[in-house]
Amino acid sequence: MKQTKLIMGMPITVEVVGADDQQLMKMVFDYFRSVDARFSTYKDDSEISQINRGLTPEKWSPEMREIMELAEQTKRQTDDYFNIEHNGRLDPSGVVKGWSIWRASQKLLDAGVNDFYIEAGGDIQTHGHNAKGEKWRVGIRNPFNINEIVKSLQLSGEGIATSGDYIRGQHIYDPHGGKLSGVRSLTVVGPNVYEADRFATAAFAMGRAGIEFIDKTKNLEGYMIDDQGMATLTNNFTEYVYA
Amino acid sequence: MKKAIIGLLVLGALVIYSVAIRHERPQLSAPQSLTTNNSSATSNANSTTTSGSGTPPSNMSSGSNMGMSNGQYKDGSYTGTVADAYYGSVQVQASISGGKITDVTFLQYPNTHSESVYINQQAMPYLKQEAIKAQNANVDIVSGATFTSQAFIQSLTSALSQAS
Repeated sequence: MKQTKLIMGMPITVEVVGADDQQLMKMVFDYFRSVDARFSTYKDDSEISQINRGLTPEKWSPEMREIMELAEQTKRQTDDYFNIEHNGRLDPSGVVKGWSIWRASQKLLDAGVNDFYIEAGGDIQTHGHNAKGEKWRVGIRNPFNINEIVKSLQLSGEGIATSGDYIRGQHIYDPHGGKLSGVRSLTVVGPNVYEADRFATAAFAMGRAGIEFIDKTKNLEGYMIDDQGMATLTNNFTEYVYA
Repeated sequence: MKKAIIGLLVLGALVIYSVAIRHERPQLSAPQSLTTNNSSATSNANSTTTSGSGTPPSNMSSGSNMGMSNGQYKDGSYTGTVADAYYGSVQVQASISGGKITDVTFLQYPNTHSESVYINQQAMPYLKQEAIKAQNANVDIVSGATFTSQAFIQSLTSALSQAS
């Protein structure tokens, strides 16, 4: 069964092979709603909004502490290219998205589900196989034509994320003042969607050097599409390519 | 009060220092030069970085020249200076034999794993390029950047046109 809901301002799709279990779906979507309630900067009563109004760290929830730690770690690992602080306000959505998809997948695994994917706003965690018993077939969207795909991958257990010009209106910043021009989209495949998402976001901010960063980072592969419609592949990316 | 002022001064100095450091970094950015370009090697205009063509690092902090040879370089083993990449330090050691580079070893590499990276004359990973083209393969899911508002409107419009 497959369901899509609009949560966190984006379509979230869950497909579970074989099962017809509304409770399972509800559990996953409820989880995303709870994440949204805590981390949405668009909600005045969310914890992150309270933090931006001065809520002191000792009052933060364990989930918030974890996210802040992960954001800080990612910042270090990407030489500040990943930064959740802009104009004095904290917006951890760049790490929350991948992290919450990954956590939701773990909930499905805990419930004994093996063949599924969860997709939120173009970022995907795969597990097991599709209804045909094959690896999940994942397309990379053509950044010049959203109705087309330019690559088809086979994934089973990996996560995949794509960064483009904007993440839902939230600009990706280059902390070193460089320009982002040249790169239209950067897709990253990683051991899970959390890793893929945070590194796709950071590497996209690096401009053309981003694909080299992905190539050098262990367990990550990437596919970068530039302004001219040329794609650059990391060395082992083809292992995932179906067509 | 005095302590606070001194503290502020120290902080200010640190900020100025870090800003100064920041400004230097982009020049040293190794990844810039690594951008794959199949068509021409001349596009790598950044001369401060190690190029992928097998040229040894220009600044050699140590070297043990062991006589001349017929080739372009003097034989020996050369250690490059530490270069600041975007995400860590890079330092390589080049071995020359018969006037040619026979090996380049990374002494420092921006990697959380400490194993030294050992590569051949092709000094840096060479990334493949291809022109994108639309596929019509059936897929279960699509990965893409979350819609820009423009794309979102485009999609919504097309959806609505089908719905009407």
